[in-house]
Amino acid sequence: MIAVFYIASVVAIVSTLMVITRMQPVHSLLYLIVSLLAVSLMFFVLGAPFIAALEVIVYAGAIMVLFVFVIMMLNLGREAAEQERRWIDISMWKGPVILALVLLALMIHVLHGGNPGAASGRVVSPKEMSIALFGPYLMVVELASILLLAGLVGAYHLARRDTDNKEQKRS
Amino acid sequence: MIGAIPMTHGLIVAAVLFALGLVGLLVRRNIIYMLMCIEIMLNAAGLAFIVAASRWEQPDGQIMFIIILSTAAAEVAVGLALVLRFYSRFKTLDADIANDMRG
Amino acid sequence: MFGLFWLVPAMPFAGFAILALMGSRLSRNAIASVGAGTVGVSAVISLGLGLRFLLSPPSGHAYTLTLWTWIDVAGFTPHFALYLDALSMVMTLIVTVVGFLIHVYSIEYMRDDPAYSRFFAYMNLFVGSMLMLVLADNLLLLYLGWEGVGLCSYLLIGFWYSNPANGRAAMKAFIVTRVGDTAMALGLFLLFTKLGTLDIQEMMQRASEQWPVGSGIAVLAAALLLGGAVGKSGQLPLQVWLPDAMAGPTPVSALIHAATMVTAGVYLIARTHTVFELAPPVLMLVAVVGAVTLLLAGFAALTQRDIKRVLAYSTISQIGYMFLALGVGAYSAAIFHLFTHAFFKALLFMGAGAIILALHHEQDMFKMGGLRKQMPVVFWTFLIGAMSLAALPLVTAGFYSKDMILYEAWSSKIGGPVFWLAGCVGAVITGLYTFRMVILTFFGEQKTAPGHGPGPCIKIPLIILALFSTIAGFLEIPRSLGNVPLFSDFLEAALPHAPLTEGSVFIEALLQVIAICGVLTGVAAAIILFARRQEFIRSLMAKPWAAYLHEFWFAGWGFDALYNALFVQPYIYIARVNKDDFTDGFYSGLARITAAFHRALSVTQTGRLRWYMMGIAAGAVIVLAIVVFL
Repeated sequence: MIAVFYIASVVAIVSTLMVITRMQPVHSLLYLIVSLLAVSLMFFVLGAPFIAALEVIVYAGAIMVLFVFVIMMLNLGREAAEQERRWIDISMWKGPVILALVLLALMIHVLHGGNPGAASGRVVSPKEMSIALFGPYLMVVELASILLLAGLVGAYHLARRDTDNKEQKRS
Repeated sequence: MIGAIPMTHGLIVAAVLFALGLVGLLVRRNIIYMLMCIEIMLNAAGLAFIVAASRWEQPDGQIMFIIILSTAAAEVAVGLALVLRFYSRFKTLDADIANDMRG
Repeated sequence: MFGLFWLVPAMPFAGFAILALMGSRLSRNAIASVGAGTVGVSAVISLGLGLRFLLSPPSGHAYTLTLWTWIDVAGFTPHFALYLDALSMVMTLIVTVVGFLIHVYSIEYMRDDPAYSRFFAYMNLFVGSMLMLVLADNLLLLYLGWEGVGLCSYLLIGFWYSNPANGRAAMKAFIVTRVGDTAMALGLFLLFTKLGTLDIQEMMQRASEQWPVGSGIAVLAAALLLGGAVGKSGQLPLQVWLPDAMAGPTPVSALIHAATMVTAGVYLIARTHTVFELAPPVLMLVAVVGAVTLLLAGFAALTQRDIKRVLAYSTISQIGYMFLALGVGAYSAAIFHLFTHAFFKALLFMGAGAIILALHHEQDMFKMGGLRKQMPVVFWTFLIGAMSLAALPLVTAGFYSKDMILYEAWSSKIGGPVFWLAGCVGAVITGLYTFRMVILTFFGEQKTAPGHGPGPCIKIPLIILALFSTIAGFLEIPRSLGNVPLFSDFLEAALPHAPLTEGSVFIEALLQVIAICGVLTGVAAAIILFARRQEFIRSLMAKPWAAYLHEFWFAGWGFDALYNALFVQPYIYIARVNKDDFTDGFYSGLARITAAFHRALSVTQTGRLRWYMMGIAAGAVIVLAIVVFL
């Protein structure tokens, strides 16, 4: 089981690397989905099956699909890839890579201090999670639902196309 | 599942993923790529929470992950709607075009 | 009678208020009646007060009328109080009677001027302020009157303000007297701080108790008060404003710059004489200033062309006589000369005004001449005034007053022959320039034809003043001629007699004879030089040294040029150099630095999303590093 974890982590890292370096948006999207699946596997190993399922269903299944919709809607095509190549050249990578390496070094330094212990891998069942969710974390649920409502309304309003002047004035 | 994965390793993986997401965010000019990299970073943060939840054998981390998830969902929805508006206005997905608030 | 005392200063102020508020709506005659009438009422009341004062003087020879308490702060309580003693009685009579005559004169003189009501409003304000000055019970109220007359002098010199030269003359007068006023204010501060009161009699009492004779504090206080007196009376070194003040209308010159305001300095020194007596060096300085000024102004008057400037320098010179008298301790003599001078100088100015008016505002004497036959009233009154100014013996008031000064200068314990000699030489020069003026104006060939002659409003005051110029002298006749010390006895309660060494009547008569000879020599010289042998003057002027001296005296001994170089030019230079105002530069420099920072920092506002993200990420990393490592 432990090996699964490590293999999945390597897959996730590699595919994420591929996400940020591809020129075609659809390609990087697909690599992102692979990365998300790998992470879901890691969740499963760590004893959170419900979350693993949620990751696949919501994240990879809904959010990425949204991305696909938009990319297809925008109909980017080959010129997009050409454009991407023109925009990205090697010299642009220097600054962010250095910054990220510094951040990484910092985080690793922080993480190595102390002895946090080990993940035991005991499964935390959905039952326990739900009891906690509808117990002490009830407000969180409500807030999350309001957030989703706001997102819903906002997305609907923003994405509406103004077909003619009457609609424009009314909105 | 039997076996103990050191929490440090899990958190390091999360850190690496986060850093990769950050690099992608800073380098890319296309808005869609930026949004994707944000998703990567959010996912990495969620991973860190789940690792911690597994370590302490408590559901709290998982609940936090659910919140992150719903936040990411709402944010993607609104963000992509904005991308559509952006595209219809500027006819391109270059983030550098929108620089009127300068000076 | 004393119940009406407060009306004396109140009437002119009421006249000012009426004319200031409603003057533009009143007719000429109404304005004239209000303007001259208020002063006339004051004059009548003053005469009544004088009579009452003579016949039954109040206890202590002084009457105080407290109107109200002006300020009451921490033990400082000057009252609005009027103080009537012999000295202020004399001054009040002069101001109101001569003032009334001049107001009547200006009814006709200013008849054609569009700003008729403004003129009378200012004149009334002046008379009110001057009365406040002479009737003040404490030095603060006196200073109020002092400033008030300064203000009115400025307003009236610059009366015809559309000509910028008049405005400049007014400013010059105000600024120069301001220097003196500041010295006087400092003196008041000193007196109050050291003695605790500004009430004049009280202050002098305490000063004589607390300050030893010749102490530094008394010298300083007296010197500061002298500074104020010198400014207001136009003595050295602040005499430069008086000749230029002739830019105002002639009644203004007559009232303010001859009879009343310029004598305020003499009044101040006489009023606070105790302080001056406690500072003998300053008293000596008063006499020296008087002596030098009378000679200086006399020589300057000899070369002037404008008839009013001759009279202005003559005023400076005569006030120099008064200062000389004060300096040797002869206070009554100074006041007596002030008394007679008011009459004949006002007369001379009014006569000059009548001439100027008739000749259509021609003021250059060399363009006058031969007016004797055509303006007889003016000629005869002017001649009487000139004789009084030159102090022709026995028949003129000027003779008696000037003689008294000369004798007391010789025989005073703090005087001496030097002062007498200065006065004598001055008398010779006075005779010379006075009759030069008379001859150039009234004799010889006529160069400008006069228009219509003066009306009764001008002629009657001239005649009245000519009468006073003759008989006023008989109030004080010296021992050698009859010994009638009416005037100095009247003033005895207020001003001490001069400290004279006992001299014989013979010495007095001898000194008088010498002085008379000097005066007659001057008059005769004037007649010969300017009426008979005019070519002598012309040949003298051809010599370069004579021409240079003439120029020098014409410019008032170069004081204007001196002050210009010493004060005006450096000030203008500093103002020009400091055009950008270095203290302001500090604040604008701050603003410029801020703007520079703004420009530098706005380079970071590119508006590009990735740039901002980079900034956020880098900032977060740095903060994290600080938290982790520190």
